Amino acid sequence: MAMKFEKTGEGKYMLDVCGYVCPHPQIYCKKSLEKMASGDVLNLVFDNPSSGETIIQMCDQAGHEILEKKEEGGKLVYVIEKG
Amino acid sequence: MENKEKRNTMWAFLITGALALISLLYYQANPYYIYLVVYIWFGFTYGMMLQYGRFCFASASRDLFAAGVPRMAVGILVALMFFSLIQATLASTNMSTFHPAPFGIHTLIAGLIFGVGMVLSGGCASGSLYKIGEGNMTSFLAAFFGLCIGQAVFVDVKWFNFLMPQKWVDTAAAKVASGFPPAAQMTSSFDTYLAGYIWDQPTVRMSDAKAIQDAMPGNLKYFIGDSLLTALIPAVLLLIVIYVAYTRKGFLKKRAKQKGGAATGFSDEIAGIWNMITASQRTTIMGVLIGIVAGLHILVMKGMQLRFGIDNFGRLLTKMGHASDVSTSGTVFDPGYWYITSQEGQFGAWILEKFGWNMRDNIFFGVNNGLPEPWRNPALWMSFGIIFGAMVMARLSNEYKFKLPKGELIVWGLLGGLLMGFGSRPALGCNIGAFFIRVAGGDPSGWLYGAGMVGGAFIGVKFFNWWTERKMAKEMESF
Repeated sequence: MAMKFEKTGEGKYMLDVCGYVCPHPQIYCKKSLEKMASGDVLNLVFDNPSSGETIIQMCDQAGHEILEKKEEGGKLVYVIEKG
Repeated sequence: MENKEKRNTMWAFLITGALALISLLYYQANPYYIYLVVYIWFGFTYGMMLQYGRFCFASASRDLFAAGVPRMAVGILVALMFFSLIQATLASTNMSTFHPAPFGIHTLIAGLIFGVGMVLSGGCASGSLYKIGEGNMTSFLAAFFGLCIGQAVFVDVKWFNFLMPQKWVDTAAAKVASGFPPAAQMTSSFDTYLAGYIWDQPTVRMSDAKAIQDAMPGNLKYFIGDSLLTALIPAVLLLIVIYVAYTRKGFLKKRAKQKGGAATGFSDEIAGIWNMITASQRTTIMGVLIGIVAGLHILVMKGMQLRFGIDNFGRLLTKMGHASDVSTSGTVFDPGYWYITSQEGQFGAWILEKFGWNMRDNIFFGVNNGLPEPWRNPALWMSFGIIFGAMVMARLSNEYKFKLPKGELIVWGLLGGLLMGFGSRPALGCNIGAFFIRVAGGDPSGWLYGAGMVGGAFIGVKFFNWWTERKMAKEMESF
């Protein structure tokens, strides 16, 4: 099992942490955002519902905006713009 | 999607119905089993609340250190405050089953080990159970191999004799020579620890302190000593510390922007604390409910004990002819309130006995807690109840997903579980039994365990930060 962090375009990134449980999705999400520039967009894909609540609050406190939240085939996808 | 929802709803009804049927069968077999049935349904209720609120003690300190998110720490402190007020009310009406634990540095050390373990495995003792209910098999590894098998092995082996000071060995031997504990049950390192050290440690409960009793005769001592001084004031202070350290700066900045001027007044600070408390409503609301339900649980168990004229379910098991289930003291593990780890150790020991391991030749099972068949183990049914309650809630919110652990998660699950198992026994409890219940009951040793857990979580987070940084660097080599 491996996490994937990819640059998918100019200012666009994808982090896939499916299969991971707490605390990995939230730690990888935080680290990914730290490595991105303000205004960049991260597509976060995960399947651990417990991490979602923490990620939402983490983004709110750090000033990142969650542009979209959706569920696709049992996976959760958050589109986050770095603040 | 609709089919998935229908299937999940059907599963939720099936599980609830099966538990209702099991409860009826128990009652029909013998009305004494209503005592055990009460544990099932309180467990079920805890499970539903834990899953809905994402209520995990590991998350409390871990998410603070790893992500700067205070959601869970706030939820736990809120639960603690409500629970302590109810505990004080119950104590003042002589309806409490709470008993303080031996006080000492062992509690801090055990909390530290447990804290590292809960971060590695991804959930505390209660959190692991609710996550099993969500289909998370990493948590199953942690609970089964760490909390069940690991704990059972821990209390029955001599592997830790090298850690036992001669003084403890001599003290334990003197007790055996005087007749208790029986020599046949004095075989493991943990037996030496219990008889040579733990049993001689004082228990502390604020309402029992002479100064408190002198100043506040009557029931006020429970509300002032146990609730206000031990739980409420420390919890409020911790909320303020968390606010200042983690959310104040960001909140005041936002508020100043909204106001179009400086946000430096007292009302701004109060608004900031309130904002922090209500930031995750599902967690905070569940905190309130968990605090209330945990208090009700004590009330109902005490009522059951009074109804049957017993102090322990082992007496009823003996009356029903199941004398082999109970310890030499005639008891089984029956805390009378929310507890997690001891019953899981019993389950592990029951399994090991099937493989020919004698698990009754020690104090923990042989003298104190007994080794009932799992279907007659009241506290174990509470743990099963938590799993099934969480499963029902996860099904109803379409969040159930069966996930087998792969790769590194197997290592973290096993290692974390074992550390949680080893960290809960020396303190005679886990995040629930050694921290939550004790603090709310007026026993300051709960804070020692809590401090240990936070310290352990800090170490665990440091390790994971290092580990994930390495993996991120590897991923980023390509861009």
